[in-house]
Amino acid sequence: MQTEQQNNATKPKTLHYNNLSVSLHWLMALMVVALFALGFWMVDLTYYSSWYKTAPYWHKSIGILLFALLLLRLFWRFKTGKPEALASQNMKLQQVAAIVHMLLYLLLFSIVLTGYLISTADGRGIEVFSWFELPALGELFAEQADIAGALHKWFAYVLMALVAMHAAGAVKHHFVDKDATLKRMWWHKN
Amino acid sequence: MKKLVIAAAISTLLSMPAVQAADYVIDTQGAHAFIQFKVSHLGYSWLHGRFNTFSGNFSYDDKNLAASKISLEIDTKSVDSNHAERDKHLRSADFLNVDKQPKASFVSTKMVPKDGANFDVVGNFTLNGVTKEITIAAAKTGEGKDPWGGYRAGFEGKTSINLSDYGIKNILGPASETVQLDLVVEGIRQ
Repeated sequence: MQTEQQNNATKPKTLHYNNLSVSLHWLMALMVVALFALGFWMVDLTYYSSWYKTAPYWHKSIGILLFALLLLRLFWRFKTGKPEALASQNMKLQQVAAIVHMLLYLLLFSIVLTGYLISTADGRGIEVFSWFELPALGELFAEQADIAGALHKWFAYVLMALVAMHAAGAVKHHFVDKDATLKRMWWHKN
Repeated sequence: MKKLVIAAAISTLLSMPAVQAADYVIDTQGAHAFIQFKVSHLGYSWLHGRFNTFSGNFSYDDKNLAASKISLEIDTKSVDSNHAERDKHLRSADFLNVDKQPKASFVSTKMVPKDGANFDVVGNFTLNGVTKEITIAAAKTGEGKDPWGGYRAGFEGKTSINLSDYGIKNILGPASETVQLDLVVEGIRQ
């Protein structure tokens, strides 16, 4: 009894995501939606559109930055842990949410990776905002640009479906269940 | 009646030219043959590309050009303009539509002698599932024994095609409607 209390004391219960996690969450959410919209729009640009070269350049640059933020976020998540699940949520719901969260991470990673593989299949690096060039690994397997391109597209569609599910869940918890699910992913004072 | 048919067949055989055109296999194994294209970029410059995978053979007789013929089969997926993203676009339904049309081909129908080493190769070119008659302005570049015990003959050819003739919508601007094809064909006598 005594030791359990001490353990609880050293690792205090929290119901909130910490402010850095919240910042990363919303910044990346914005970037992910913007990247999808930009990608969806830019593939149908005509050759003479003034965006024909700039849109992919922005898409790639933001995508690489998203990857850097993803690494930072995962690092921070493992370092600081995750807040306790809300008591009002049953085990099954928590499991579904955990699976969706895991898939979101996995898809984000896969989409950036496949995007990288499209553009670097000929050995050209990716220029990030005229700031630095991410080097290429060249062609790692046959028909790399085509295979990676198809996966990039379908992973993005699946990601958007999951994002919609994730957002619908948050909205439902906030307005219907009136619990703290959405609030704990917002900035707070300690 | 039967005897008559046989007699007619024999007389036909006898009346055929004594000199048979020699058969050659195009040396794609040693990459001594090239199918290259060039298309205007914006009307200001040229874009060069090639097909890396193709096969073919020809019969050629110096003394009897009319008995000569050539056939080529091109793997459209092998298009290479030295840029992974562009090649991916060239393989898509916007251009070569390689998933549905994996092969392009040329089969000669007649040879028309011109001055000196020059001659025209008339034949059917199939691209994107559309077959049209084209004329290739050709010339023999040389023939003779090679250093390794074989016998080779080499030719060059030039032609041009319009994208719209082959059901490919030109989205690159008016200057890019016509694609020039340059062929270098070296055959090894069988």
